[in-house]
Amino acid sequence: MTKSKSWLSLSGIGVFAVLLLAVAPLMLTDHWLNNLGKYCCWAIAAVGIGLAWGRGGMLVMGQGVFFALGAYSMAMHLTLETAGDRIPGFMVLYDPLAPLPMFWEPFRSATFTLLAIVLLPVIVAGILGYALFKRRVKGAYFAILTQALAVALAVLISSTIRETGGDTGLSDFKYFFGFVLNDPANKAMVYFIAAALLIVCLLAVWQLYRSRFGELLVATRDAEERVRFLGYDPANVKLVAFIVSALMASIGGALFVPIVGIITPAEIGAAASILMIAGVAFGGRASLFGPALGAMAVGWGQSSLGSTWPEGWTYILGLLFIVVVLFLPNGLSSLPARLAAARRKPDVQPTPVIVAAELEEVRS
Amino acid sequence: MDALIAPLLNGSAQGALLLLAALGLSLTFGQMGVINMAHGEFLMIGAFAAYLVQQVIKASDLSIPVALPVAFVVAGLFGLLLEVTIIRWMYRRPLDTLLVTVGVGLILQQAALQIFPSQGVPVEKPSWLDGQLNILGYAWPLRQLFTIVLAVACVAALSAWLKYTSFGRRIRATVHNRDLAETTGISTRAIDRLTFFVGSGLAGVAGVAASLIGGTNSQMGAQYIIPAFLVVAAGGIGQLKGTIIAAWAVGVALSYFAYWTTGSLAQVLAFILVIVFLQLRPQGLFTVRTRSLA
Repeated sequence: MTKSKSWLSLSGIGVFAVLLLAVAPLMLTDHWLNNLGKYCCWAIAAVGIGLAWGRGGMLVMGQGVFFALGAYSMAMHLTLETAGDRIPGFMVLYDPLAPLPMFWEPFRSATFTLLAIVLLPVIVAGILGYALFKRRVKGAYFAILTQALAVALAVLISSTIRETGGDTGLSDFKYFFGFVLNDPANKAMVYFIAAALLIVCLLAVWQLYRSRFGELLVATRDAEERVRFLGYDPANVKLVAFIVSALMASIGGALFVPIVGIITPAEIGAAASILMIAGVAFGGRASLFGPALGAMAVGWGQSSLGSTWPEGWTYILGLLFIVVVLFLPNGLSSLPARLAAARRKPDVQPTPVIVAAELEEVRS
Repeated sequence: MDALIAPLLNGSAQGALLLLAALGLSLTFGQMGVINMAHGEFLMIGAFAAYLVQQVIKASDLSIPVALPVAFVVAGLFGLLLEVTIIRWMYRRPLDTLLVTVGVGLILQQAALQIFPSQGVPVEKPSWLDGQLNILGYAWPLRQLFTIVLAVACVAALSAWLKYTSFGRRIRATVHNRDLAETTGISTRAIDRLTFFVGSGLAGVAGVAASLIGGTNSQMGAQYIIPAFLVVAAGGIGQLKGTIIAAWAVGVALSYFAYWTTGSLAQVLAFILVIVFLQLRPQGLFTVRTRSLA
């Protein structure tokens, strides 16, 4: 990335911040502001996917796992806060006499909850990533394994009704760290937190992309063996990107809970994880803004078309995958560059950069 | 003793179904490198084909034997269509085939949901599958035995076809060295299409078997795809014997876990088992030794 382009991106983030933090709250109703907050949560997770997949070449198909870690940590805390000294209502429903499950107890503490949202995904992604990358598991194997984890976690949560709420999930939160969630002003505050964190995540990846680490990550994506021969350990490079992306997914999940007011296994399972990928692919996996904007667009489609016209939305989503991957492997954000290139040299297509290394991975 | 044997019988049947689902994948993923996430939906198409055959041939004793080849051809044609329209452009970027076929799978699922009743359709079991067979003092339900026999027959047919027919030789030649195969006059494009047809058709056969065991609905494919991929990965790429052993092991493990704990916990444990196994042997049970890196 050239220096001028890098500063251009930074000013882009600035414009985006003004839009999200100043223009949107003035223009939108409470209802739509809340919706926008939900899209921001998905966008935060998407920025992480862009880092791991777009720049790192790791197709993370199980970000729902980390989304769930953040979301359920937050939801357990909010449930306990709402329940006060009593056992949460849904637990009483299944077994009136049993005590609170052990792993719920620490989530009474707000500090512990916030630490858990940050540290749990780092620990889990760290162990998982270390084990996988050191053994050089990559490409399709990595994608399928992460997806399998998302399926397994969703099944596990569905089947533990008393401990996690099962398929109905956790909902009916009244308080958010002492603030009453019904109050529109407090709802707006949660939105501002989500929007601000999205900006912070964008700034973080902007800095990562222009650092030496960012270059190393792209190099690992495009030619892992050469990076190894140059004396770097690609496993470490990928591990860092994977952990950062897991952390972002967790943060997105944690904010999703107070904004949407419910978390269920359906929001974290295979389909949800694939939906996160869809937004990133649509927007442009390797670009700075593509993942976030794509995720917001898909999120908007999911919550508006998905409820009013579910059949049509599924077809659109399916076609989106096909059309984007076939014709625009680098997403919508690569469209201007491609059009410009096509105008200059009508017969020369820019070659997709991401693909060369993938071939080796699957064939070998 | 009974407590130990019963899950073994049950698990073998479950493994056989898994093997049927994974067999086609081991051909398209293992031999061609295409990651077909719509494979589960081809399985679903096979199951619905069995249902449609039953609407024409009312006698279920006869309809299931007829449904097997029909499902093979119908699912195979869907696979062929997918190959000709989309996959052919993507051989140079395998990871992207995963995303494209996720989209195809979504569309097929939704289409099935709209064409057929959303709660699913009943596929009637033939009367010759009622009852049990006593082997070594244990009663095997014929339904489970049928799945096992079908899986064994498919494996035998596929491996014989790959080994002894000229089609099979051409497929193996194309997989081992595409350029050289092309040079010797093999139309590698035609071979790609044929491989994909057979691989998808096998999913259709698996669908008929699945329709006799569980429900037939638009979601049925989704529950098979990830276990099937894990089986292929654990078995090792491009190796039928690895897939067979892995499928049987996962089926039996699922069955024992379900016996000791609950069905859903068993699924989680089996997934974790495969993931841990892939830690120890990232290349799967059996590997084709190559000099390529990584």
